[in-house]
Amino acid sequence: MQASIKIPAAPELAYLLRLADTCLISGQRLGEWCGHGPILEEDIALSNMALDLIGQARALLTLAGQRSGQCGGQGYDEDQLAFLRDEGDYRNPTLAELPRGDFAFTILRNLMLSTWLKLMWQRLGESSDAELAAIAGKALKEARYHQQHAADWAVRLGDGSDESRRRCVVALDRLWPYTPELFEDDAVDAAAVAADLGPAWAQLREPWLAEIGEVLGEAKLAVPPAPTFRSSGKSGRHSEHMGYLLAEMQYLQRAYPGGAW
Amino acid sequence: MTAILRSRSEVAWAALNAVLDPEVPALSVVDLGLVREVIEHDDGLEIVLTPTYSGCPATEVINSSVIEAIDAAGLGPARVTMCRAPAWSSDWISAEGKRKLLEYGIAPPGPVLADGAVAIRIVGRRQVAVPCPRCASGHTERLSAFGSTACKSLHRCLDCREPFEHFKPI
Repeated sequence: MQASIKIPAAPELAYLLRLADTCLISGQRLGEWCGHGPILEEDIALSNMALDLIGQARALLTLAGQRSGQCGGQGYDEDQLAFLRDEGDYRNPTLAELPRGDFAFTILRNLMLSTWLKLMWQRLGESSDAELAAIAGKALKEARYHQQHAADWAVRLGDGSDESRRRCVVALDRLWPYTPELFEDDAVDAAAVAADLGPAWAQLREPWLAEIGEVLGEAKLAVPPAPTFRSSGKSGRHSEHMGYLLAEMQYLQRAYPGGAW
Repeated sequence: MTAILRSRSEVAWAALNAVLDPEVPALSVVDLGLVREVIEHDDGLEIVLTPTYSGCPATEVINSSVIEAIDAAGLGPARVTMCRAPAWSSDWISAEGKRKLLEYGIAPPGPVLADGAVAIRIVGRRQVAVPCPRCASGHTERLSAFGSTACKSLHRCLDCREPFEHFKPI
């Protein structure tokens, strides 16, 4: 079996991996809808968005792999970073790894994550790292479509039938406790701000709440109260769901090292 | 005779004009605005391409088709490099490209709107009236924001009742 790679503990690398893994793990979860969408059009839409997210993750992981070589570690390519890390070295917020749930759960999580990513890409367009700014310029256009898709459906379901509304309320209650993690700063954010690499995550909080509030208002869904629970995926401490996700995602590269299509 | 007088990069552009996009085979990579630059180096040609969508599965196929076309035109060796910034925009599709899209049955993209004061647009089914590429009626509805590929959305004409795809402005 292929052994795991070691990731150097550098805050700027962690900053890139947090973003890359948010895209990668959301893409993996959305990809699970392929063949299972409630209608054919949505099956295709969710799979297409998964492709966008995995494409964004590829660009970011390539950049992170180069950065790993520059900050005292070994350099890696996108595939090594995607498939050969141990669970604790994945840096996505826990929200991204939760099982896909029903369509309402997926739509509301997409709304939360695509809004967050859109705001992030907007700010990363000003990054001192030219490659990161270029990735952001392209990804921003995609995130806008993802957000619009999620917002359209959130309104349609939230302000829809009794059943679609009930499912939205349940999904929102389950998802909301994982949102504070998207806006909590630590040493990684401080290093990124100091290097002009990108914004501290806390800077996204106010605009995110405003946009989410607007959509939920339109969907006639109440914004849940501020949670006390704190998730910790971005520090490498994941939920029990992450191991299962990685087992499926990593299986081929672990069992057949270097295997390619 | 004229071919002899043309520079290598001019011949290369002509060859690239015949490389069709695998997802929208009515258009060449030049029509789509994917070719940024053709650079003549001492050791071969460099073709600078721009990716359309981050997750476009056609990217690898396009790269190899481009190298094949340059080789077939006797201009090899060639290499492809990717240029991400500025990000590709559907505004870069040529007028000729938009005409070919329409003829192929895909409604061409309108101009990309600036990311203005409106943060989120919540779009109902009938609020985006894309003209039907078959009967030109503006009486249409959107069925899905994503069609057979990420770059297209799915619509239906309420007059001729035909479904059609729209190349999204991005």
